[in-house]
Amino acid sequence: MSGLQIDNISMRFDLPNGGHVQALQNVSLDLKEGDLMSVLGPSGCGKTTLLNIVAGFLAPTEGQIVLNGHQVKGPDAERGMVFQQGALFEWMSVRENVAFGPRMKGQNESQYGENVDHLLDVVGLQDFKEKAIYELSGGMQQRVALARCLANDPDVILMDEPLGALDALTREKMQGLVLKLWKETGKTIILITHSVEEALLLGERLLVMAPRPGRIHKEYRLPFAEMGVGADLREVKKHKDYAPTREEILSMIWDMEEEIMGRTEESA
Amino acid sequence: MTGILILLTYVAIFVVTWVVVTAVVGRALQGFNALKTVTFGDESAVTPNRSASIISVLTLFLIWGAFTGSALLPSFLHAPGPFKGDTQFTYTAEDGDGNRDDAIVFARVAEVGTDVEDPVAEGADEGFAKNDVVVAGAWRSELIRVDRNDEIGRDAGHKVVAINGEPIEPGGRVKIADGEVGMTPKGTLNFIPAKGLQMEPIWLPSPEAVWQRFLNVSTEGYQNFTLLEHLGYSLFRVVLGFLFGALVGIPLGYAMGLSGWFRGWFDPIVEFMRPVPPLALIPLVIIWAGIGESGKIILLFLAALWIMTIAARAGVSGVNITKVHAAYSLGASKWQLMRHVIMPNSLPEIFTGARVAMGVCWGTVVAAELVAAEVGAGMMIMVASRFQLTDIVIMGIILIGIIGFGIDILMRMAEKKLVPWKGRS
Ligand SMILES: Nc1ncnc2c1ncn2[C@@H]1O[C@H](COP(=O)(O)OP(=O)(O)OP(=O)(O)O)[C@@H](O)[C@H]1O
Ligand SMILES: [Mg+2]
Repeated sequence: MSGLQIDNISMRFDLPNGGHVQALQNVSLDLKEGDLMSVLGPSGCGKTTLLNIVAGFLAPTEGQIVLNGHQVKGPDAERGMVFQQGALFEWMSVRENVAFGPRMKGQNESQYGENVDHLLDVVGLQDFKEKAIYELSGGMQQRVALARCLANDPDVILMDEPLGALDALTREKMQGLVLKLWKETGKTIILITHSVEEALLLGERLLVMAPRPGRIHKEYRLPFAEMGVGADLREVKKHKDYAPTREEILSMIWDMEEEIMGRTEESA
Repeated sequence: MTGILILLTYVAIFVVTWVVVTAVVGRALQGFNALKTVTFGDESAVTPNRSASIISVLTLFLIWGAFTGSALLPSFLHAPGPFKGDTQFTYTAEDGDGNRDDAIVFARVAEVGTDVEDPVAEGADEGFAKNDVVVAGAWRSELIRVDRNDEIGRDAGHKVVAINGEPIEPGGRVKIADGEVGMTPKGTLNFIPAKGLQMEPIWLPSPEAVWQRFLNVSTEGYQNFTLLEHLGYSLFRVVLGFLFGALVGIPLGYAMGLSGWFRGWFDPIVEFMRPVPPLALIPLVIIWAGIGESGKIILLFLAALWIMTIAARAGVSGVNITKVHAAYSLGASKWQLMRHVIMPNSLPEIFTGARVAMGVCWGTVVAAELVAAEVGAGMMIMVASRFQLTDIVIMGIILIGIIGFGIDILMRMAEKKLVPWKGRS
């Protein structure tokens, strides 16, 4: 069986004071190879927790993750992750960062060199490959992170707000890049974001999660990602379905946020 | 008195050069700083004024020279020196019956350690009190038993009642030209030549005397060892002690950062030893290992060990968890994570620790040598101080300072070269 199955995952954090948080409750998802899924939800609804479980950094209290027919037990090169920031290795040059995965597999320069240089070309950092990480801008650093993840050729790419720290313009360029890479490589991608627009553009499937306990609220299937590949994303936003969908999701999340606020006010 | 004067001179030079230099050079801020309208309170706009640094160092030497009568300075810059030369004063003696007679004391003051002839008593000398001569060293006082050559001795009721006509009694003092005359409780006169404001060489030698001593010691050595050997031994102990400390401390720190058992086992030891100053261990180390090389190296090993352990532990615990996650999901094994992420990530902390440890070791070795050693910078100044060889003491302190500073500069250069990303992530 290929693809990624998230099979009835529940996650409960025990707190030091004796209480506990139900971060996820009975979350099930089935992703086919090549699926592009964006995940939205109010803060604290368990998006990061879900991604960490899929990556293998956390073991769920219930349920299991199955990738290509075998159960996920821990982190592995088959599931690459792009973090929001701070995950690059400052003591390595840009190129060494990108080549990290292949090198850990024991490959030598002649085996990975061509691919690494190709990826540096794809993300447009060929001229910066010998630079140190701290000499790059935030957007460049995220492109390095993306290239590093791709160099490892994972089956699934997990991204936790990868573009959250970027300015609007750089962000738009990076969104185009993600779409392009998705189409070219055919990888399964899960992308967490706080931006509804980003979720609409970068989600062939769009998952809205609800908090307390964290669960799937609603799933959409959207045409915008397919349309956006190689196209101007601002044109995509003019599609007749775009604005209504955005409003619908926005108000859905607004309602959830308001409910949270109300609840905290009651308990306070 | 002299101390206050030196302080006032220093403050005066500070203020005057500040006013003068800023008036002449103007507010020469450069580059981006020149465009800032708010500079006061903006720490980044404060760069050290290099002319201030140069003037500061020159001022130290100037004051040093002025108050030691240095030959490097023109004499008008010298603080008043001690009186040297001939002077005289009159004393009035009284015999048991109340008869009085005057006599003169001829005094000659010369540099300590030089051979001088006694001054010659001149002039008529009638009455029962006879003229006296005295030779005193500059800055030194000299007791004079003026009654010894008088016709009536102290036992027969001879008593000095006045100096230059001013009455004096036991315990009192009278000012004379070029000094003072005091009287001991028993009635002996004490001639105190004027000291001036300069420091006596046995307290503070002049810069050129220190330099001379430096040349002398570096060619002839001191206490059976050349200067290079003294400094070299100290440095050698520091380097060896530090290396052992780092060799044990860094792996120990890593183990404490990576394993709960190690952390738990060594936490009490490290936390207990950390606040114990290495100097407090000197007596114990001497009892256990004697005053030879091994004792010193053990001491420095202990001084460096805890610092390096804590630095390495902090380096490991300081690793951002996302870096660890990233490495694992890129396929790194535990050993690869250690080698490619945790170790390089801890380097900045380890370098900071190494700089601190080197400084502490350098201070500790000097202190340990002060207590007991056969060779070393600390031993050199300690022995010199017992013989009042202040010039060697000062030379030693300056060299110790220069070497300590040099070590820190080297460490900083190595840091820049090896961990260029420090403080930039
Ligand atoms: N290690 C932990 N220990 C205890 N509680 C945790 C832990 N990690 C997460 N939680 C709780 O689980 C819930 C979900 O957290 P999570 O970080 O997955 O939210 P999120 O959807 O990613 O939020 P955000 O959008 O703000 O990143 C939160 O209530 C959080 O407080
Ligand atoms: Mg999150």
